[in-house]
Amino acid sequence: MTKKALAGAGLVLALAMGPALAEDVTVNLLHVNQTGDPFWKQIAENYNASHPGVKVVVDYLENEAYKAKLPTLLQSDDRPDIIYSWAGGVMKAQIEAGYIEDISAHKADFEQTIYGAPLNAYVVDGKLYGVSIQLSEVLMIYNKDLMAKAGVDAASMQTWDGFLDGVKKIKAAGITPLIMGGGDKWPVHFLWSYLLMRQGGADVLLNAEAKPDGFKAQAFIDAGNRLKELAALEPFQDGWLGTKYLPSQGLFGDGKGAIAIQLNGFIQGQQKNATDGKGIANEQIGLAPFPSLPGGIGKVSDTLGGLQGFLVTKGAPKEAIDFLKFFATAEQQKAAAEAGVYVPAIKGTDAFIKNPLVAEVAQSIANSTWHQNFLDQELGPSVGRVVNDISVAIAAGDMTPEEGAGQVQVAWDQQ
Amino acid sequence: MAETTSFPATRHGGPRGGGLLTALIFLPPALTFFTVFVILPIGEAAWYGFFNWNGLNLLENFVGFENYVQLVGNKVFSRAFVNNLLIIAISLSIQLPLALAMAVLLADRLFGAVGFRMLFFLPYILADVAAGLIWRFMFDGDYGLISQIAQGIGFAPLHLLADRDWAYVAVLTVIVWKYFGFHMMLYVAGLQSIDRHLYEAAAIDGASSWQRFRFITIPGLAPMIRLSVFFSLLGSLQFFDMIVALTGGGPLNTTHTMVSFLYYFGIGRMRVGFGSAVGVVLFILCATVAFSYKRLFMRDD
Repeated sequence: MTKKALAGAGLVLALAMGPALAEDVTVNLLHVNQTGDPFWKQIAENYNASHPGVKVVVDYLENEAYKAKLPTLLQSDDRPDIIYSWAGGVMKAQIEAGYIEDISAHKADFEQTIYGAPLNAYVVDGKLYGVSIQLSEVLMIYNKDLMAKAGVDAASMQTWDGFLDGVKKIKAAGITPLIMGGGDKWPVHFLWSYLLMRQGGADVLLNAEAKPDGFKAQAFIDAGNRLKELAALEPFQDGWLGTKYLPSQGLFGDGKGAIAIQLNGFIQGQQKNATDGKGIANEQIGLAPFPSLPGGIGKVSDTLGGLQGFLVTKGAPKEAIDFLKFFATAEQQKAAAEAGVYVPAIKGTDAFIKNPLVAEVAQSIANSTWHQNFLDQELGPSVGRVVNDISVAIAAGDMTPEEGAGQVQVAWDQQ
Repeated sequence: MAETTSFPATRHGGPRGGGLLTALIFLPPALTFFTVFVILPIGEAAWYGFFNWNGLNLLENFVGFENYVQLVGNKVFSRAFVNNLLIIAISLSIQLPLALAMAVLLADRLFGAVGFRMLFFLPYILADVAAGLIWRFMFDGDYGLISQIAQGIGFAPLHLLADRDWAYVAVLTVIVWKYFGFHMMLYVAGLQSIDRHLYEAAAIDGASSWQRFRFITIPGLAPMIRLSVFFSLLGSLQFFDMIVALTGGGPLNTTHTMVSFLYYFGIGRMRVGFGSAVGVVLFILCATVAFSYKRLFMRDD
């Protein structure tokens, strides 16, 4: 521990000496939100204009590239001062390694502008390490026209049996029931995650982590069995194992499938990635929560989604925290909220949301009885990717639910 | 007599003043660079391979050969290893013969030969990632050219890259398409250095075109063929970029190569210790192949 502290202190010193030579203090921010990028660059410009002597630079890196590059970047002297984060296991590893600044001293300030629940995702061992900025939710997004054509009422799909029945009917009508970007794997793990949440309830992960072989518990096997039930109906489009996430949005936008159980960002994405660039109009899109499971202890109001935000790295200038305080205000988040790019985790921004679908998502997150972070983030990079792998394999009929749960356990034990 | 005794001494770098001085001046810089940039990283990777390490924390969790044990039992890695062997097989059995045939056809100064040579060489100039993306579109089941043609002649849409049996066949096809032009160019260069008079003499002696190919072209090209097999072997073992762009290792992890396995399962999952172990295995494989091939086949080149 002392060794770590010493190394940390050395780095702080080395970094503190760097900017001291320059006239301006530069704060570098690195993130992966492509659609948010222009809005965030604008916020940085607003800040720079009103804060002479400080220069905030916002840079964007593609998702996978960012994840692969970050560990190396953090160990270098060139590490960004503010980094994008999904909270959860990856963040914990970064904190444990001593690369993230403890910002507990500013907690009261952030609590004034950021909702409590998402901010709490950035608390580890009672200390605050980051701020949440954008919220997302995985939910059932459906094409009203196609549902009507198949004669299926979305309300009837709110229980698992009703959902399976609906899928059968849609398929019988010659329409692809579910659009899935299986090529990227993580879109499939949403299904397994929700089934697990509905089956095992809010404590399912904590229980699993606490016990030896906890990930082989019945709830995990059951979740796999439900997924297998669904997969047996062959609900996905042809070639779904190769379809990447963005093209899958395009397929939905082109009206090639009735339902997607995906992130709320999918709603804008299907319009942008449709062949005609318009996709399915907002009025033709319906939203619904993931169905309930018979015998499960999770509630329909439990939600799965993201709590993305920022972390301040060790040795960053104090202006970095000051910028985040500026960033996390309703005033600065207004433009992004109005454009419906994401749901800000910032108090007072819901009034700015114009898109009724985004407003519906924001409402549903606000009413959530338990908002679970993405499992592939929460469980850390290694276990998380195994969860993605086994979700795809079970959905493709390549793996039994027992094997899947076993592989998650092995990955958990290996880390 | 004096000359004969001093000769072997010089050859073994004996203590002749000039030689020693030269060595003292020129060896240290090269040796330093080689040590810092080649030997040390390899040693470091080998060291990391004995740890369960996520790339961020201190190296504390020493696990001995555990990473290697995990590797042996890993189905995806076994598949990746087989996939590498398949690339070698396809290179030797299809790519190189095809390249040779094309080279023989296009080595002469025929009308249009230069144009064709350029055409076949073009894919090689293209970046692997770009080629991968282009073929990803070509193979797309909904909008891709190949699927459209299949539908045009009455088949169902073809989702090649989503099919666990066909995805790797598609990858191999792209590999042949991409690299045969490079080997063809090697052969063309080799062919042009064969003495024309040999062919003339053979023709006068009544040798058939097959005999000329078998007894002049092949022996004349032999050094080039050995070189091209060498490139092909090492290239196959190190194959990576295009996998990322074309399939990302999917569907169901059936199209990984050892390097893409290292990237996705080591770096991507923040299991740097495990990834280093993969790297060590890969290094040993490549080094063994390279040195034994050089010893066995390229001694005289």
